[in-house]
Amino acid sequence: MLVYDTQLQSRLLLGTSRYPSPAVLTEAVKASGTEVVTVSLRRESSSERSGQGFFSIIRSLGVRVLPNTAGCHSVKEAVTTAHMAREMFATPWIKLEVIGDRTTLQPDVFGLVEAAKILCDDGFQVFPYTTEDLVVADKLLDAGCRVLMPWGAPIGSGQGLNNVPGLRAMRARFGDVPLIVDAGLGVPSHAARALELGMDGVLINTAVARAGDPVGMARAFADAVKAGHAAFVAQPMLPSDVAVPSTPEIGLAHLI
Amino acid sequence: MRVSILGAGVAGLTCAVELAERGVPTEVFEQGDSFGPQSCSWFAGGMLAPWCECDHSADLVATFGEQSLAWWTKRMPTLVQRGSLLVAHGRHASELVALSRRTSRYEWLDADGIAQLEPALAHRFPKALFFKDEAHIDPREALRCLADRLISLGGRIHFGVASTARSEGEHLVVDCTGLAAREALPELRGVKGEMLVLRSSEIALRRPVRLLDPRTPAYIVPRQNGVFMVGATMIESDDATRITARSMLELLSAACSLHPAFAEAEVLEMGTQVRPAFPDNMPRIVRRPDRVHINGFFRHGFLLAPAFAQMAADALLTGEPCPQVAHENHA
Repeated sequence: MLVYDTQLQSRLLLGTSRYPSPAVLTEAVKASGTEVVTVSLRRESSSERSGQGFFSIIRSLGVRVLPNTAGCHSVKEAVTTAHMAREMFATPWIKLEVIGDRTTLQPDVFGLVEAAKILCDDGFQVFPYTTEDLVVADKLLDAGCRVLMPWGAPIGSGQGLNNVPGLRAMRARFGDVPLIVDAGLGVPSHAARALELGMDGVLINTAVARAGDPVGMARAFADAVKAGHAAFVAQPMLPSDVAVPSTPEIGLAHLI
Repeated sequence: MRVSILGAGVAGLTCAVELAERGVPTEVFEQGDSFGPQSCSWFAGGMLAPWCECDHSADLVATFGEQSLAWWTKRMPTLVQRGSLLVAHGRHASELVALSRRTSRYEWLDADGIAQLEPALAHRFPKALFFKDEAHIDPREALRCLADRLISLGGRIHFGVASTARSEGEHLVVDCTGLAAREALPELRGVKGEMLVLRSSEIALRRPVRLLDPRTPAYIVPRQNGVFMVGATMIESDDATRITARSMLELLSAACSLHPAFAEAEVLEMGTQVRPAFPDNMPRIVRRPDRVHINGFFRHGFLLAPAFAQMAADALLTGEPCPQVAHENHA
């Protein structure tokens, strides 16, 4: 998968919040085979000198860091957080979240487009957390985004892919834009399904971090993502309304 | 052998008492002028909850926590053993189920069961997990109680003294200074915790109550005279200066959603400290030529310190190595 001129072997991105401990996080990242982890700045560091212990653990993981603006509710907050992230992690990458609703954590797509424009113009490479709305997606691409991150379901809900036709429509419309499903996946089969639909990747956090065994679950997601993508490449059969026997019927004895 | 212990938080004092009880002349050196906000222990919840605290290393926490609970029971006359209660609002009921799968020694309560145990919470929650063997103590009282015990055993505490002693011959130095020992223990990191102390005459709770919420888990521990401790945030940060507005909002929202009368409570105190933690969030006993470190208690100082004090005392007195779990490199 090619995102902003960076070739990634793994189609699984991993969030770093809510693990039982940094040691478990480290093991889960290894087990997942991921090359990209997301890190939240908003909550972890209330001032410049804080959070260094955790960030040095993140840096020591040896994978690319995709800082995010999780928890930002306004354009200004998100833009400021993106600038902090660029300084702290020396990367132009930013996963842009502008939250519009406290309960559903739904993206504020108006603020999202506005912030994306500001950040793209400023040289950031923006990964916007968005809905499956095609018009919003168009506007994000116009703003300069080269990757889209549609949600599967509300953040942390574990519901899976709530709008499969919507994701299909996105895939059909944006053939050459990397689509990474972000948020709402609960179990590996959800991830496999996303890849089978032709999504380029998935981002998982809670489903791994809050599993009974996060390391085992990270491995399971890695396998599911590989299987889902392999299935997409192999071109799945099309479903049929009626039974289609897999062995020939001709030549069977008719016993009347 | 004689022992100098650096730091009069719960790690230092439990170790001092354990050694003194075994007849070792023990002195404690504390930089602060008294027990106070320079130590994480000052802001602790004081919950002795080996089975609730199952977010990581559940088996180890349960084993050492139970051992520590027994230790406190013998030494702390004001320990209250009425269990602890875990509740969740309707839409987060799955959090209770998820936690119950990771632990043991609990029973499910329905709304009537909750009302019997905690009349103040009657009919506010449909279900709860009740851990009847758990207990709680007032951490500040516990520190004073340990100090009194140490002195009665012939030990001494020196306040306002930053000791630079090193182990030499029969004189052993045990460093229990938390994050201050960071240079010697580079794997230590800080995890900020914030708490509030409220007073309300309208609510009575008989035991600690935890509110499981995926966004802002919180607990309320009843103290004497209508005082409640509400805690505690966990933020990957070394900044111990102040509580943030967001954290206050979250802690107060949690308290008010547990019982609306908390909205009228007085705010007596806001506390902020930084917990020392190793990458696996479990404490360690680390032997170095110049001193022995007991550190990294994370959010489990009162819950685990006695067990580690016993392990450390065993190792120091026999010269045997510490059990594998307490080694530097067990992670």
